[in-house]
Amino acid sequence: MRRDILTSIIAIVVFTILLGLVYPLFITGVSQVSFPGNANGQKIYVNGKLVGSKIIGQSFASPVIGKNGKAEEKEEELVTQADPRYFQSRPSVTEGGAYNAAASTFSNRGPNDKATKEADEENIKSYLELNRLYYPSLTVAKIPVDAVNTSASNLDPEISQANAWIQAHRVAAKRGLSLGTVNGLIAKYTDSRGLGFSGEPGVNVLGLNLALDRLTRGK
Amino acid sequence: MTFSGWATIVLFAVILTAFAVPLGGYMAKVYTGKRVFLSPLLAGPERALYAILRVDLKQQQDWKAYAKSLLIFSLAGWLLLYLILRTQNAFFVPHALNPLGYHSAPWNVTFNTVSSFVTNTNWQYYGGETTMSYLGQMMGLTVQNWLSAGTGIVVAVALIRGIVGRSGKGIGNFWGDMVRTVLYVLGPISVIGALVLVSQGVIQNFTAYLTARTITGLTQTIAMGPVASQEVIKLLGTNGGGFFNVNSAHPFENPTAFTNFFEMLLVLIIPAALVFTYGRMTGNRRQGLAVYATMMVMFLGAVSVAYIAEAHGSPAQHAAGLHTHVISGSGGGNMEGKEQRFGIAGSALFDVVTTVTSCGAVNSALESFTGIGGAVPFANLSASEVIFGGVGTGLYSILLYVLLAVFIGGLMVGRTPEWLGKKIEAREIKLAGLGILITPLAALFCTAMATASKGGRASISELGVGPQGFSETFYAYLSQANNNGSAFAGYTGFIQPKAGNLGSHGVTFADLLGGFDMLFARFAPILFALAVAGSLAGKRVSPAGLGTMRTDNTTFVVLLIGVIVLVGALTFFPALLLGPIVQGLTGHLY
Repeated sequence: MRRDILTSIIAIVVFTILLGLVYPLFITGVSQVSFPGNANGQKIYVNGKLVGSKIIGQSFASPVIGKNGKAEEKEEELVTQADPRYFQSRPSVTEGGAYNAAASTFSNRGPNDKATKEADEENIKSYLELNRLYYPSLTVAKIPVDAVNTSASNLDPEISQANAWIQAHRVAAKRGLSLGTVNGLIAKYTDSRGLGFSGEPGVNVLGLNLALDRLTRGK
Repeated sequence: MTFSGWATIVLFAVILTAFAVPLGGYMAKVYTGKRVFLSPLLAGPERALYAILRVDLKQQQDWKAYAKSLLIFSLAGWLLLYLILRTQNAFFVPHALNPLGYHSAPWNVTFNTVSSFVTNTNWQYYGGETTMSYLGQMMGLTVQNWLSAGTGIVVAVALIRGIVGRSGKGIGNFWGDMVRTVLYVLGPISVIGALVLVSQGVIQNFTAYLTARTITGLTQTIAMGPVASQEVIKLLGTNGGGFFNVNSAHPFENPTAFTNFFEMLLVLIIPAALVFTYGRMTGNRRQGLAVYATMMVMFLGAVSVAYIAEAHGSPAQHAAGLHTHVISGSGGGNMEGKEQRFGIAGSALFDVVTTVTSCGAVNSALESFTGIGGAVPFANLSASEVIFGGVGTGLYSILLYVLLAVFIGGLMVGRTPEWLGKKIEAREIKLAGLGILITPLAALFCTAMATASKGGRASISELGVGPQGFSETFYAYLSQANNNGSAFAGYTGFIQPKAGNLGSHGVTFADLLGGFDMLFARFAPILFALAVAGSLAGKRVSPAGLGTMRTDNTTFVVLLIGVIVLVGALTFFPALLLGPIVQGLTGHLY
């Protein structure tokens, strides 16, 4: 018994140093040397300022400015409005506003809940309001599910191609670009399936929006 | 459903088997003390560790000594982890390892978390990025990811030794097995796996959270941390406790469809390989194949059901008017709580992979799975994690079922049951029976307590209305009893008004009930498995005769599946009816 206790104490200390300190620091060292970009989160800078991470989703809504010239707030969250010039990410319900990447969360909406149906309906309504003007034949039956369902992490950096193709009508009109040009950019920012068969293709929204900004900056 | 979806599932099974066979052979060599190709590199550190621990490998332990070492070592790990988590903002913790100055969680939540990591459950009432310091994640949780996995593996190895043992009572040396597991099995795969993950975009750093200014003028804070080193062992050790709140759904834990596939392989590789190790060590590879076939058939069945159900979509989606079939540019299906890059098949497969094992990592929200899709994780847990199961735990649990199947088969043909030449007698059957029934007992008892009491119902989420609330509760205690750790995440034992634990408090009832659920359902079956090992080790081997029932043919596989399904169904069917099955059969919204 005493022997086991002694061995246990030595073992837990030795293993903690080996597996809790030496191992993670070794992995950190090698990663920082071999893959510094990835290890630090694939940060994207524009004009020297950090605008986000390539693989973390963002909200492309702008703060609503109230009558007093200040950004409006409701329940300590900024009131925002989707910016029609940008492709919009999937809905997100993180605390403190959409796409809070310091507090990832599941929406935990059940398959048979009225609340889920109501949330879907609300998202469908916003999606139609935002896009129907530029895509008159759009109906609820044509909306791809990812556009109105929250993702698992609520930080999904991607949208489906079908979702992007619908939004392309709006973005092209707002920016005075041809639909062909915008669809070309969508293809460029579409990640294909893993190993050619695994998962679904997805369009990286932040990458696409930054490319659009670069394209129309002169205009 | 799509062609690529089914292709993913089939290729996964093929690639898994292709890796598991050689790894199983390698592990058989490791645990029989033979030289392997890594020996020149690792024999030195191995000897050094034995010297530091003052362990003499020649000293074989009987099952009681083995169990005693295991229990005391686990207790030491429990105490140290509790200490680390409760002092995460103490004065001696360097700022770099707690850059956001997070306070410790309250005692009851910490009790639950510590019990959860020491038992290989990794049930999480906390959200990683809003409560845990880098120190706690790295020196606390990661270390138990290794050691609790090791504990599971060594029990399986000890049981195999008992089965094949011909010389008295020894079933190995706990310390030797643990050191070898860490150095020869978990170590090399973790180091390579972590670097593969970083090469694909999993982060590994110690910087404070980033603040970005988005192009539409919003501010975004982005959590950072040493993720890859924890991610790989979380999966490989079938632990499942995510660095971030949303686990493997987070883009920093699982950035691409390729990493998703790779992570699923990491989860199943050791449980699958151990089956072949069993075949090798018993000297009859067909024994391993029979068990493997049993697991694979049940696994593929579960995946197919989950995939078909999720691709069909949910009643809530259909009620809102959405069309959920495949269209050009979208895979359709129930995308609520699923990531675009994984799609329906990648999400359904991942969640089956991690619920048949005791991993419990998730890459999609189980709570948002359809009734039938969500019933699959339930069914996997109801089979007490014997379909591959956790590292080690899966094998020793299914071997207890094998024992039961041999007994039932023996009764049917009217012979004294024998297994690999050893007579199965009342003592072994009693021990195996108890070992099998402990987990369901713990799960159902705790669910009943939690549903029947006010304290338990306090944990049900706002959205958990009607059968969903029952599903949440049942899943919570079922998952904790099986040391799985996946969750219908609405069920909570922790109220945290804002990041950093200031003003947070635990839900004592759920925290303690869950904590004891995990500890009891982990260590009691281990004791029974080791006792069976000890009991078998001393038995004489008689040659197989004409009347011996074979345990390596198709008939036995069918019998074994029958026994597993029967025990699981008889135990859990009434409870399952009240939750997921109701939801699956009705289009009604609550």
